[in-house]
Amino acid sequence: MILDVKGLNVDYITAKGAVRAVNDVSFQLRRGEILGVAGESGCGKSTLIMALIRLLRPPAAITGGQVWLHPREGEPVDIASRTDRELRRLRWRSMAVVLQSAMDALNPVARLSAQFADVLRAHGYKNTEERTAELLEMVGISPDRARSYPHEMSGGMRQRAMIALALACDPELVVMDEPTTAVDVVMQRQILAQILELRERLGFSVVFVTHDLSLLVELADRIAIMYGGRIVELGEAAEIYRAPKHPYTKGLRDSFPPLHAPVTRLNGIPGTPPDLRNLPTGCAFEPRCPRRFADCTERRPELLAVGDALAACHLHDRERTARA
Amino acid sequence: MPEETPVLAAEDVTKHFDTGRQTVRALENVTLRLYRGRIAALVGESGSGKTTLARLLAQFYPVTSGEIRLRGEVVSGPDKDFYGEVQLVFQDPFASLNSLRKVEHNVRRALKLHGHPADDAAVHELLAKVNLTPAADFARKLPHELSGGQRQRVAIARALAVRPSVLLGDEPISMLDVSIRLDVLNLLARLREEEGLALLYITHDIASARYLSDDIYVMYAGQMVEGGPAESVIQEPKHPYTQLLLDSSPDPERAGGSSAFTATAKLGEPPSLVDPPPGCRFHPRCPFAKEQCKTSFPPRTEFADGSWTNCWLHNES
Repeated sequence: MILDVKGLNVDYITAKGAVRAVNDVSFQLRRGEILGVAGESGCGKSTLIMALIRLLRPPAAITGGQVWLHPREGEPVDIASRTDRELRRLRWRSMAVVLQSAMDALNPVARLSAQFADVLRAHGYKNTEERTAELLEMVGISPDRARSYPHEMSGGMRQRAMIALALACDPELVVMDEPTTAVDVVMQRQILAQILELRERLGFSVVFVTHDLSLLVELADRIAIMYGGRIVELGEAAEIYRAPKHPYTKGLRDSFPPLHAPVTRLNGIPGTPPDLRNLPTGCAFEPRCPRRFADCTERRPELLAVGDALAACHLHDRERTARA
Repeated sequence: MPEETPVLAAEDVTKHFDTGRQTVRALENVTLRLYRGRIAALVGESGSGKTTLARLLAQFYPVTSGEIRLRGEVVSGPDKDFYGEVQLVFQDPFASLNSLRKVEHNVRRALKLHGHPADDAAVHELLAKVNLTPAADFARKLPHELSGGQRQRVAIARALAVRPSVLLGDEPISMLDVSIRLDVLNLLARLREEEGLALLYITHDIASARYLSDDIYVMYAGQMVEGGPAESVIQEPKHPYTQLLLDSSPDPERAGGSSAFTATAKLGEPPSLVDPPPGCRFHPRCPFAKEQCKTSFPPRTEFADGSWTNCWLHNES
């Protein structure tokens, strides 16, 4: 295990009060695993991964829970409670990030080589040129492109450079926030193939956030589905796709038309995603749920075991009591 | 494809943008025809010329060569009559509505400008047509009070207000939340049935193109490389680029573990349109490229299933 998240809460503190964007989120990330986090805009997925590496900016703040990182060497560290100074030791070496927009994440007025050298030097690498060339080659960029400025590269190349940069100090955990959303499908496939190959070779773990569930099914080992700030289902990727336990997961899955399978009429999910300032007292998905019943408005379902997966849905209460 | 006269067509159009220092060759000899009651999807990567073609069809700027025809008549320039027939739905419903005015104002304005009755009943009827019910409530809301999907439906209602025969949708669902995209697609499909609209659906998502459309056209770097009935293009792609697009698109059915992504072929990227490769512009990335592909663009080869492609692989003569 590399990451153990326990009861994590993240609030956006506003003048009108706190809005909870991540609510009581717990999960564990295994070594070398790719965990996909999927959900619609506003479900808290990006806030969650920014909290995991403590890159939240005010008004967002962690207001509860722990994020235990288990580095290869040394004692486990609770990222949520450490000072920025203490975290600096872990950044790049233990944990790194790939952001959605490489154009914004890279420095537009510095050559790639300078940006790589910056990171490498700060972490004690001597021969930065050699390491930069090695890193670029890892993601299929010719080393002579190190002299390029970001605007001289295509969107896909910038995104791959971002991945190479994140891997600069051989991190154990890489969080990725929609790294392929801004690139075309062909480039997306190349980037994902590269992530899988590099994970195989270097053994890092990944938390990968996207709104595209169909892509995660092919990429991730396990998938967490978020809705209204909470994880509503967590399970093996193939299982999530084949036999979703939560009606929201099923609705999300059926929102992607098939590429080759016979086309049937699909309906998506009626209604709109919830307003985090004004969540229902019961299940947040209840107003849109095709299978809701009385319990759903009264009590919020806990994330509990259903078969090999976890799901937060009252539909499974009966099975559970029958077994107990 | 039907024999009737297309409602709107781009016939052999070329568009070059002159920036003073250089020329961007955005479109080369492209033909696309839209028919009554049919949806044509235009797919391709960014920079392939999809939006340029839509803008030519909408008369945003003149063609460099070729013709835009409305019901067979060459269109000489944009005027109100033209926009009474041809309407657009844009990608970003947050930018395309007047955010300071209520929904009813946004819709009523289009009715008024085109000389149609613009009373409350007419506005409400349009809103009901795009499933914004109760229409009277939605009419009084401001755009910021609506979700992205609802706003996009207002934009569609506004386009319908002029009673057009053609709707051009440039990535109309790509900025919407995943769970409400199908809602908008199903609405477009219904408008095709009920209003007999001719629809152009521009997208980079080939799976949604297949879901919605009757015909699919595939563009690459300003050239039209394949087209035909949606199922033939998806199930039996003829052009290597269409095959690449299909292979690259996410398909959960294909997933066996995570092996689908492990073939790390270096697939390259689309070329610069300032200095595009001669011949077929896909040849530098094409695994089947022959000498011929590097010098001349292939003629169209037609197939029994109604599809066609411009590819030397299918042209032995």
